Amino acid sequence: MINLDFLNPAENNNVLEQEEANEYMENLSVPTFEIPLVHNPVEFLKHQTHAAEQCRLSIVHGTTTLAFKFKHGVIVCVDSRATSGTYIASQTVKKVIEINPYLLGTMAGGAADCSYWERELGRRCRLYELRNKERISVAAASKLLCNMVYAYKGMGLSMGTMVCGWDKKGPGLYYVDNDGTRLEGDLFSVGSGSTFAYGILDSGFKYDMTPEEAYDLGRRAIYHATFRDSASGGIVSCYHVKQDGWTLISRTNVKELHYKYQDEPKAPLV
Amino acid sequence: MITFFLVLLQSGNEYNGGAVVAMVGKDCVAIASDKRFGLELLTLATDFEKIFKMNDKCYIGLAGLATDVQTLSEELKLKCDLYKLREEREITPKKFAHLVSSTLYDHRWGPYFCEPCIAGLDENNKPFICSTDLIGCINFAKDFVVCGTTARELYGICESFWEPDLGPEELFEVISQSLLNAFDRDSKSGWGAVVHIITPEKIITRHLKTRQD
Repeated sequence: MINLDFLNPAENNNVLEQEEANEYMENLSVPTFEIPLVHNPVEFLKHQTHAAEQCRLSIVHGTTTLAFKFKHGVIVCVDSRATSGTYIASQTVKKVIEINPYLLGTMAGGAADCSYWERELGRRCRLYELRNKERISVAAASKLLCNMVYAYKGMGLSMGTMVCGWDKKGPGLYYVDNDGTRLEGDLFSVGSGSTFAYGILDSGFKYDMTPEEAYDLGRRAIYHATFRDSASGGIVSCYHVKQDGWTLISRTNVKELHYKYQDEPKAPLV
Repeated sequence: MITFFLVLLQSGNEYNGGAVVAMVGKDCVAIASDKRFGLELLTLATDFEKIFKMNDKCYIGLAGLATDVQTLSEELKLKCDLYKLREEREITPKKFAHLVSSTLYDHRWGPYFCEPCIAGLDENNKPFICSTDLIGCINFAKDFVVCGTTARELYGICESFWEPDLGPEELFEVISQSLLNAFDRDSKSGWGAVVHIITPEKIITRHLKTRQD
C-alpha cells in the first residue's frame, strides 16, 4: 500500500495532539443534528412537516419584514409580533438579527429556525474573516445560509429571510428561504403581511429618496401591514445599512404610528 | 363550497374573530365588545359592533361568524318587538335569555356559529347577565360572562379584575381594562372597542381608543 503522508514527519509522534486538533476543526465546521435513522428521512417526516397536517413540527409565526436598496444604502424594517395560533405570544420580538457590524438578517417563519441558522451564519462569517483576512461579501454570506438550509430541504425548516449588508460591490440584498431559494434584488418583503407592505412600498418608492424619506416609507409600509394583517404588530424597528455598517434608526410602537398617520392630511389622488 | 362549509363546521366561531364581555355591578350592568371584522388573518373593517340593543334595559352581544351575528341579531330583535306588541311590555333579560336559547336550539343540527352574551336589568332593576353556547345552553353567572375568540384571555383577566358592587364608573374602568388587555393578546380581535353601561336611569355608551394592530 502506498501512503501519501502529507503530515510533517516531525509531528507524527504527536498523534494525540493531532487528533485533538482534528476534533477541534470538526467542531468548527458543521453542526450536526440527529435525524430519523431511516432510508428516506424527508418522506418519513412528511406527516409532521406538511402544511396541511394537524401536528406541525415547526411553530410558524406571522410576520411582516421588508428591505430595499436605494441611493443611500439599504433600509430594513420589521414588526415585532410572535403568534402561536391566534394567541399573541410576544409583542417585543427582535426580528432583525445583527450578524456582524456590516450584515443584517431578517426573521420570518419559524423563530427557532431563523435565529439558529442566522447565528450559525454569523459564526461562519467570522471564521471566513479570520481565514481570509477580509470581510465576507453579502453574496457569499447569503449563499452560505442558503447551502446550510438546503441540506435540510423538505424536513420542515421554516425560514424566509433577507440578508442585507455592504461589501466591496456596494449595498447588497438577498432573499433566502427554506426551499433553498436565493434571489438578489432591490426590494423584498417577506411574511404574512408582505402583500400589504408591497402595496405601500411600490407606490412610494423612489431611488433618489433622502434617508429620512426612506425611513418613513419603510415604517409606513410595516405599519399598514400591521393594520391589515392580524399576525403582524407591536413595534416597528428600522435599520439603515451604509458603507460603514448598519445603524439602528428607530423603534416605534405601532399605536403611536397609527394616531400620527391618522392626523396627517391625506395626499390628493391626482 | 363544500370545503368552505367543512371549514366553518370546524372553526366557524374563529373565522371572523371577536370578543364580547358582560359584567355585573351595583344596580348596573356593563357589556363591551371589540370592533374588528376580519376573514381569518385579514382585517376588513374596524367598525363592526357586535352588541345589539333589544330594549332600554336589555342588550345582547354576539361573537362568532359575522353572517350569523347579523342574521341572529335581526331575528332576535324581531322576536322582541313581536313580544312587546303582544304583551304590551318590554321583555325582561331573563325571558330574553330563554328566547335566545330556544331560538338557537331550533337550529340544533345546523347551528348559528354564535355565542351570545346577554346583559340587562329586570323589572325591579336587578342586574342580570348570562351567556349561552351556540346551540342554546344557558350559563347564568353572578359576576361576568365572556365569549368570542378572546374568551380564554378574558376569563383570566376578569377573574382578577372583577369585584362585587362596583358603581357604573368603576365598572366601566374594570370592563374596559379587562377587554383591552385581553384582546391585546388575541390576534383576531381588537381594532377599537365599545362599552355600554346600563343603569336604571340611563345608558352610557363609550367608544375606546385602542391599538390598531
